[in-house]
Amino acid sequence: MPDDEDTKLRLKLVKYFSAGVPHNHALGIGVLEMAPGEAVFELPYDLKLVGNPDTGVIHGGAITALIDAASGAAVFAALVDIIPIATLDLRIDYLRPAEVGRAVIARATCYKMTRNVAFTRAVAYHDHPDDPIAHSVGTFMLSTKQGPAL
Amino acid sequence: MTDEPPTGSPPEGRSLIDRLIDAKRDANYQGLIDAVPYAKFLGLSAAMVADELVTTMRFGAHLIGNPSLPALHGGTLGALLESSAIFELLWRSETVVLPKTITVTVDYVRSGGALDTHATSIVTRQGRRVTNVRMEAWQADRARPVATAHAIFLVMRG
Repeated sequence: MPDDEDTKLRLKLVKYFSAGVPHNHALGIGVLEMAPGEAVFELPYDLKLVGNPDTGVIHGGAITALIDAASGAAVFAALVDIIPIATLDLRIDYLRPAEVGRAVIARATCYKMTRNVAFTRAVAYHDHPDDPIAHSVGTFMLSTKQGPAL
Repeated sequence: MTDEPPTGSPPEGRSLIDRLIDAKRDANYQGLIDAVPYAKFLGLSAAMVADELVTTMRFGAHLIGNPSLPALHGGTLGALLESSAIFELLWRSETVVLPKTITVTVDYVRSGGALDTHATSIVTRQGRRVTNVRMEAWQADRARPVATAHAIFLVMRG
């Protein structure tokens, strides 16, 4: 694919995932980076995401949503043409609580693509992936009837 | 600004553990759920239905992941399933320790439509330190789940 085509597709993906997905928008998820097979999303701290009101720590479910969104985007970013995809499964290991008042970043990579299935891994962190909050692996079915129409 | 609480003091109102004790005494979980901002954001409620604790996520347009189908965002289903498991553990356990999620695996088996979604959980093993839970979520037809999951929680203090 020529470079300008590649850039155009990536810009389209950035726009879609930040504004075109209502739940991403409701969570305040922003796209930091889209590269071939890779997506970096950010979830800003917000009081509505708090899971433990005694401590102010955000709910694990919000991190699940962030990782799910970034992992799906990484698959789109690995595809040559946009085809519908569907999440088959997603495993998330919670390694430590997110810090109060800080944005969480998720970096997802689509590390293997077969004819039918894409495989992803993702890490959520504040400052550096080497100090992770959560780690995840996922699988996605390709060419389903589901998925977004970009 | 002398009326402001000192930094580091707990937020106003009762602590989550106090609310949990109230909920158990009154057999009413809604007060506990309403104290969790993220549960309110998702539109969660819980009710005992034929001896089962059923957690419901009321449909809202902000839960959509794919507007063209439309379909619920996978993250909302994951959050519902994880919340269902935590409510089940809080409901069944005699102690009042908040379970900490170690790992969750969600299988997405059908696309979730623009409908209310329900979830239940079963404790498969209650250990001294960790508890294994299986969860299931469905919409109109319980025989056709939209997602199933299993999770492991740390259930000891510290």
